[in-house]
Amino acid sequence: MQDFVLRRLLALVPTLLFVSIIVFCSIRLIPGDVVDLMLSQNDISTGQDRAQVEAALGLDKPLLIQYFHWLGDACRGDLGRSLWRNTKVTEQLAARLPVTFELGFLALVVALTVAIPIGIYSAIRQDTLGDYAARSFSLVMLAIPGFWLGTLVMVFPAVWWRWAPAIEYTPFFEMPVQNLKHMLVPAILLGLSLSATTMRMTRTMMLDVMRQDYIRTARAKGAGEIRVVIHHALRNGLIPIVTLVGLQAPMLIGGAVIMEQIFVIPGIGLMLLEGVFQRDYPVVSGVFLVVGIGVLVINLIVDLSYGWLDPKVRHT
Amino acid sequence: MSTTASEHIARTFSSRGPLVDLIVRVFREKPLGAAGGTICVAFLFCGIFANLLAPHGANDTNVLNRLAPPSVEYPMGTDHVGRDVLSRILFGAQLSMVVGFAAAALATLVSVVLGVLSGYLKGWPDMIIQRIVDAWMTFPGLVLLIVVISIVGPGLPQIIIILGLQYGIAGSRIVRGAVISVREHMYIHAAQSIGAGTRHILIRHVLPNIMPVVIVLFTTRVGAVILAEAGLSFLGLGVPPPQPTWGGMLAGSGRDYMYVGPWLALAPGLCLAVVVFAVNIFGDALRDLLDPRMRGLR
Repeated sequence: MQDFVLRRLLALVPTLLFVSIIVFCSIRLIPGDVVDLMLSQNDISTGQDRAQVEAALGLDKPLLIQYFHWLGDACRGDLGRSLWRNTKVTEQLAARLPVTFELGFLALVVALTVAIPIGIYSAIRQDTLGDYAARSFSLVMLAIPGFWLGTLVMVFPAVWWRWAPAIEYTPFFEMPVQNLKHMLVPAILLGLSLSATTMRMTRTMMLDVMRQDYIRTARAKGAGEIRVVIHHALRNGLIPIVTLVGLQAPMLIGGAVIMEQIFVIPGIGLMLLEGVFQRDYPVVSGVFLVVGIGVLVINLIVDLSYGWLDPKVRHT
Repeated sequence: MSTTASEHIARTFSSRGPLVDLIVRVFREKPLGAAGGTICVAFLFCGIFANLLAPHGANDTNVLNRLAPPSVEYPMGTDHVGRDVLSRILFGAQLSMVVGFAAAALATLVSVVLGVLSGYLKGWPDMIIQRIVDAWMTFPGLVLLIVVISIVGPGLPQIIIILGLQYGIAGSRIVRGAVISVREHMYIHAAQSIGAGTRHILIRHVLPNIMPVVIVLFTTRVGAVILAEAGLSFLGLGVPPPQPTWGGMLAGSGRDYMYVGPWLALAPGLCLAVVVFAVNIFGDALRDLLDPRMRGLR
C-alpha cells in the first residue's frame, strides 16, 4: 500500500507542472491584451503608464523568468493581490472555497442518493417499464442544461405561487437553517443533473457484476435475491462508482459556477465570473489554479481509496 | 449461421454505399435513434432556412407589442422590446447548428491528430502528449472556457476554436485507445514488413479502421458543444448580442421580464433540451451499431 501511495504521489508531479504551465500561459501568453484592457478601463493610455503597469505586473521580464517567479510565489501560497480590491487572492479564496465545497457536497449527496438506488433497480429489473423510465429520466437529465432548470425554478414558482428560492447567503455556522434554505434548491438541481451519469454507470456496473460466476454460485447455494444483490453484487459493483465521483469533480465545479451565478451564492464560481468581468487577472488565475489542484487532489483521494477498497489495484 | 454470414456479406457488398446503408440500418434496428436523427435534421433544416422560415427579423423591435403572450401572429410571444420569440429561436437554431457542427468537426480533427500520433508513435511523444492531456482534463470544461474567453474576448470564431480545442483534446484519449488496439493487428505488421512508410500506414490502414470511433465521437460532441455554447452565452461570454442565441435568450436583461412573460423562459431551454436529447439518442444508436465497445462512453 505504501508503494502504491508513493507511486501515485510521484505521478502527480508532472501533471501538476503542466497544470501550472496551462494556468500561467492562459493568463500571460497574450500580455499586451491584458495591459491594454486595464489601461482602457482606466482611461489612461500613454506609453509611460503602460510601462508602469507592465512592471507592476512583472510583465516586462522574459516569459520563462515570469513563470518561475509566479510558480515560486504560488508555492509559498502567494497568488498576488486583486487588482480591484487590493486584497490578497488567497484570503478571498479562503472565504469562498467552503461555500462552493458545501454546495458541491450537498449536490453529491443528492446525486448519489438518487442515482445508486435507481441504477441498481434499473439493472436488476432490466428491460422492464421501470428500467425504461429510469433510463429515459437519465437521458433527459443529460440533455437539460442546468441553467435552464435553475431559471425555471426561479420563474415559475414565483409566477404561480408567489414563492421564490432564497437568494441571500448566510454562513452555515451562523444560521444553519437559513443557509440550507438557500443552498438546498441549487444543490438538488446540480445533484439531479449529476445523477444522470452516475445512474447510467451504476446500471452498467451492476449488469456486468450480475453476470459473474460468483453471483451464479451465490444463487446456486440458495441465497435469496436481496442477499445476492446487497452482499455479493453491490459490494463489487460499487467500487467503480467511487472512481466516477472523482471523474465528476470537474463537472460538479462547472455546474457550481452556473448555480452560484443564478442563486447568487458567493463561492469560487461567482468569484471567477466577477474576476472575468472585472478583468481581474490575479483573481482569475488564482481560482483557475486552485480549481485545477482541487480536482487533482480529489482524484488522488479517489485513487487511493480505490486501492484501499480493491486489493487488485494495489498490486498491479 | 450461414444466413447471418450471407446477410453480412450482402450488407458489406451492398450497392447502396456505406452511408445509405448506415441510415437504413439506423431506421431498421434503432427506431429511437432514428427519431433522434430526424429531429436533428429538422433543426438543421430550420437553422439553414431560418431566413425564409422566420416570420419576423431576429432583431425587429415592435414596442407596441412588448411582452405579448403567444398568439397567432407571435406563436411564441414577444420579448421585452417586442421582438418575435419564434424568429429569434429560428435564428438561434442557425447559430447553434453552426457552432455545433463547426466546433465538433474541429474537435474531432484535433482528437484524431493527437490520438493517432500519441497512440501510434508510442514512446516519448505519447508520454508528453498524454501528460498534457491529463493536465488539460483536470480543469472543468466550463472554467477553462470562461478563463480563455475572458482573454480572447467573446465572438463566434473564438467560441468555435476554443470549444473545438477543448473537446478535441479531451476526446483524443478515446481515439488513442482505438489506435492502440488497431496497431497490434496483423495487417499493420504486414504493412510494416513490406516496408510501408508511417504516413502510408496511418492514412491507409489505421484511419479507416478507427472510423467508427471517430464518427461516434463526432456525434456525441455535437450535443456537448451546443450545450457548452449555450452555457457560455447564458453567462454572457458567448456570441455577443444582438445575435440571438438560445443561451443568451435565457440570460441578461430578458431574465427580469420572465416574471411578467414566463413564456420567455420556456422556448429557448426546451429547444436546447430537445436538440441535445435528439443528438444524444442518435449518437447512442450510432455507437451501438458501429462500435459496441464504446458503450457507456457518456
